[in-house]
Amino acid sequence: MKNENSNGFGKKLKTFLASNSVPIMFILICAVCIPISGFSISYLLNEIVTRMGRNIFLILALLIPIMAGMGLNFGMTLGAMAAEIALIFVADLQIWGIPGVILAMIFSIPISIVLGIVCGKILNRSKGREMITSYIISYFINGIYQLVVLYMMGPIIPIKHSSIKLPRGYGIRNTVSLLNMRRCLDNVFAVTVGGVKIPVLTFILIGLLCLFIIWFRKTKLGQDMRAVGQDMEVARDAGIDVEKTRVISIVMSTVLAGFGMVIYLQNMGNIATYSSHSQIGMFCIAALLVGGASVEKASIGNVFLGVILFHTMFIVAPSAGAKITGDSMIGEYFRVFVSYAVITVALVMYETKKRREKGKLGAQLQEDQEAEEKKAKEAKA
Amino acid sequence: MNETLERTGFKGRVKSAIDSFGLPRLIIACFLLLLFVMAPIVGADFATQITNTLNRFSWNAVLVLAMVPMIHSGCGLNFGLPLGIISGLLGATLSIELGFTGGFSFVMAILLATPFAILFGVGYGWLLNKIKGGEMMIATYVGFSSVSLMCMMWLLLPYHSPTMVWGLAGKGLRTTISLEGFYDKVLANFLKISIGNLSIPVGTILFFAVLAFAMWAFLHTKTGTAMTAVGSNPTFAKAAGVNVDKMRMLSVVMSTWLAAIGILVYEQGFGFIQLYMAPFNMALPAVSAILIGGASVNKASITNVIIGTFLFQGIVTMTPTVMNSMIHMDMSEVIRIIVSNGMILYALTRKTEGSK
Amino acid sequence: MTDAKAPLLEMRNIKKSFFGNQVLADINITLNEGDVLGLCGENGAGKSTLMKILFGMDVIRDTGGFEGDILINGEKVTFDTPFDALNAGIGMVHQEFSLIPGFTAAENIVLNREPVKKNIVSEVFGERLNTLDYNEVTGRAEKAISKMGFSIDKDMVISDMPVGHMQFTEIARELSKDNLKLLILDEPTAVLTEKEAEALLESIKRMSEKGIAVIFITHRLQEILTVCNKVVVMRDGLVVKDIPAKDTNIREITRAMVGRNVDMNAAPADSIENKTDVSTDIIMSIRKLWVDMPGEIVRNVNLDVKKGEILGIGGLAGQGKLGIPNGVMGLHEAGGTVTFNGEEIPLNNPRKCLDSDIAFVSENRRGVGLLLDESLEWNIAFPAMQVQGKFLKNYLGGLIKWRDEDAIRKITEKYINELAIKCTGPEQKAKELSGGNQQKICLAKAFAFEPKFLFVSEPTRGIDVGAKALVLDALKRFNKESGITIVMVSSELEELRSVCDRIAIVSGGRISGILPASASSEDFGMLMVSQVK
Repeated sequence: MKNENSNGFGKKLKTFLASNSVPIMFILICAVCIPISGFSISYLLNEIVTRMGRNIFLILALLIPIMAGMGLNFGMTLGAMAAEIALIFVADLQIWGIPGVILAMIFSIPISIVLGIVCGKILNRSKGREMITSYIISYFINGIYQLVVLYMMGPIIPIKHSSIKLPRGYGIRNTVSLLNMRRCLDNVFAVTVGGVKIPVLTFILIGLLCLFIIWFRKTKLGQDMRAVGQDMEVARDAGIDVEKTRVISIVMSTVLAGFGMVIYLQNMGNIATYSSHSQIGMFCIAALLVGGASVEKASIGNVFLGVILFHTMFIVAPSAGAKITGDSMIGEYFRVFVSYAVITVALVMYETKKRREKGKLGAQLQEDQEAEEKKAKEAKA
Repeated sequence: MNETLERTGFKGRVKSAIDSFGLPRLIIACFLLLLFVMAPIVGADFATQITNTLNRFSWNAVLVLAMVPMIHSGCGLNFGLPLGIISGLLGATLSIELGFTGGFSFVMAILLATPFAILFGVGYGWLLNKIKGGEMMIATYVGFSSVSLMCMMWLLLPYHSPTMVWGLAGKGLRTTISLEGFYDKVLANFLKISIGNLSIPVGTILFFAVLAFAMWAFLHTKTGTAMTAVGSNPTFAKAAGVNVDKMRMLSVVMSTWLAAIGILVYEQGFGFIQLYMAPFNMALPAVSAILIGGASVNKASITNVIIGTFLFQGIVTMTPTVMNSMIHMDMSEVIRIIVSNGMILYALTRKTEGSK
Repeated sequence: MTDAKAPLLEMRNIKKSFFGNQVLADINITLNEGDVLGLCGENGAGKSTLMKILFGMDVIRDTGGFEGDILINGEKVTFDTPFDALNAGIGMVHQEFSLIPGFTAAENIVLNREPVKKNIVSEVFGERLNTLDYNEVTGRAEKAISKMGFSIDKDMVISDMPVGHMQFTEIARELSKDNLKLLILDEPTAVLTEKEAEALLESIKRMSEKGIAVIFITHRLQEILTVCNKVVVMRDGLVVKDIPAKDTNIREITRAMVGRNVDMNAAPADSIENKTDVSTDIIMSIRKLWVDMPGEIVRNVNLDVKKGEILGIGGLAGQGKLGIPNGVMGLHEAGGTVTFNGEEIPLNNPRKCLDSDIAFVSENRRGVGLLLDESLEWNIAFPAMQVQGKFLKNYLGGLIKWRDEDAIRKITEKYINELAIKCTGPEQKAKELSGGNQQKICLAKAFAFEPKFLFVSEPTRGIDVGAKALVLDALKRFNKESGITIVMVSSELEELRSVCDRIAIVSGGRISGILPASASSEDFGMLMVSQVK
């Protein structure tokens, strides 16, 4: 009995380590890099809290498509672009502060919905390779976005304010300043605890979104999404409109990503018009995966753990790299490498797991047969 | 089967002809045709345009050719092209580091790149064999990871050649390395034909032709036939005694090696080695070029490569000049993004194409 | 059940054909409340087509609908989709599970019929944002489970369940529908243990007592006699027997299932007599073979094949007859020993079999047998080229093996003529041919390989009568003229009897007996159902 127990514990520990290998690896990386980097704990905490406020909302937007079985939504970039267009309009209207943020969120909704529907419909046509498709969609829509922002804003879509317009008379400048909006959400009710500034309102918004997601899982629509995510055919046989459910999940993700991007940009204080969105999908997905999520399963806990670990690594890697190798660029490249590597590893694990199920039955058959022969022999004897 | 039955009659036949050619391809071909017609009207020199297009064709064709083996073996579009490019870059930098110059440095670059391409290709192929069915997404990220890993390596590897390392630090490779004195335009200047403004890089095109012929010939051999069958129906191939994993592995190694050669050809035309993040986005143009040429996720031919590269590079070179002189807006970059990614999206969403 | 009351279900003069092949001819079935009808018949007898019609499945409409009427409680109904059938109170438990693996039994039982509570959000954004009422979900599941009478853990996730419990979850789901009047169970006991099967029969009896009619499809005839009050036997699209269960026995049902005019199998008798080259030498001997082929599992099979004979392997679907060739040829994981001409052939390696000149025509034409996107030339020449190096020209001392297009063209044209393959030419794509012609291509592929030994699996499945005769003739000729040993697997017993010398019957994954082709159909029938699992 005892033996069995300890075996059981050992097994449990093993499965725990195996299923949490990515977060554990990151904890080790951080544990090594933090002392080397030489940053003070309060500096680190401050940075991490800021980045949590900035990023968590965006990452939470990824949860819904995972629930609907559509994998990592590389198309969340679409929501980010919608938010940028909305913010450009708000900046043009010169509405700042909290009203500006709220207005930008409202503006982003219709754009996000349209883009989300387009994305969802395309993904319905490429079932089984949603990820690569959503990834290419983000590039494709980026082209459309540039067409709109660089050429159509001015001559076709009226932009009044010259501070955001390119000097040539049309198109938007490379950076749009949101200085008058900078951290306006973060600063409301902000409290400082032991030198760490906590953006309370932003955290309240994040908390509300978490509550929404928990609640949403318990709705009929949430249940349908989980069903569709696990087995489309069964869900369809049960009368669930699979295609529509999938489109809704992408639309929701896009709209939430739009809100998240508005929060992100008000914290940054400016829009890099042509590059802010391009990396956002990759970093959000990497952070989520670092938190222990997989392609088919992700929880709110994964989001929080992921943001903390990923961004700690992000903060300390350059300086730790510089201290070790004497070259500051090494750390920069290292963190980029780690972001890609973690996504690669997660994808490989997901794909191999899909194929591992085989082969169990064969062994069972052989065992059965051997047992049968034994029985026959015994009977003879 | 039912579909083919339904599509009788003239109207149906026209529709199926368009379907098989693909509407996007038709639009792109017409667009390029329009550009050629417009070019003289808006005052651009026709000969220069052709020269530019041919030049860019010759730089890129081998990279596009690198797509063919993996498509044939059913591994899908090789989004992991950067891995092969890295092998090429290692060959190029090592060749210079070891002191080879002139045309010989090109030969040495190819020779030095080959072992890396085989090594990386075997690893990459092994990985892709473990995740059959999910190749494309993983290929993309294998490419990205390897590029970012090499970013560190370019800084850390002990290169010393003064033409390549940062002047001040004396170590770490530069982002751009000039090939002057090495293999700058070695192929392009070989047998070059110049008539007025028109010049044809015969050497580069010949080099591509040799590789393309070799590929064509390979696909006509026993092994090439087996590779195509593996891509067409892996279970059939398995039942016919073909080692599916081995064929896929071979195709990946071939793709990787061709990508390595492809980047060297590109560099000799362009005149510079680009390191660090440069290989990052080189897969997408090559992927969309072969798709524009009429390939699908699991079928591709040499003709697809030639037509596709020509159409794609034609659009890339022509749009800036024509557009600029017409509406005084340089929309070429945006058009390139929309066209190339739109084409890939189209291929990915076609149900008939690539059920795997 | 008084006479005045209209029967619960009446199917009148149901006819159905697929692409000109009549699969159901004039079926009449009547079912009263609480009736338990046992439906049996060989594969392809038309059982599943009939059930698909009753259940309003899309395939029926897509293939041109059906003739005849379905009446429920005396009223004519038309079901355009399975949902119409569900609304009319018909439930069906299919052979393949239709369950969400990550959901609990309770969640699966109420799938897409979840009880919900309204909330503020759903008032604005519509019904789908209603929250689930978990208490009610549990309540309904419990009710359905108690109605079924077999206890399963409602909170257990499906993927953790033993397979039998999954089956019961499906049944509970149907029972949870309040309007359920008729339940169709398609081979429900196939995946159950003995105990579970007994429990299922009990629960069928309970349903019947509550007035729910049950159509019970199974190959286990004993079960039918235990639980049904009515037996319907189908054969070749006809109802050949429709009698009360108490008036019949297993032997009679079996005879009805497989029985045909005894005169019919007189035909091959002379051909067997004429055959002089059937020796007593054993060419292949199979020992302790197990094969993990999903749905066709083989257990502990011992089989000897004589040189020059045509050996048939028959049996009901899902009993493992297809597993034997697929296992020997290495297409599915297998264990045991196979000796061919005195030499042991390693399993799980198709190449080794091919190297020993053993060829295989798979039952899965489109999946395994053909390169659908390639030309007929490629399809026919490929294995011979890869394995035997035929159709190749060698250059540089064999360093370059070039495809010999001329030779390939020649052999393709030869077989197109010989087998009368209808096509536009050797370069046509395989996917453009009809089923029968595709089958001939598969045969041509095997013939071009010039094997010593040939496995043929379901060679006539899904092809029309004319093509059938041609295919079977080609096989016979190939056997006779070239002296090739053939093992032919087919679910059509008559076909086997018209071609084979001996026929082995597989039941429950094992060989239940080998009989000469001239044995009576009744004997074959008894072997078929002897060990059904």
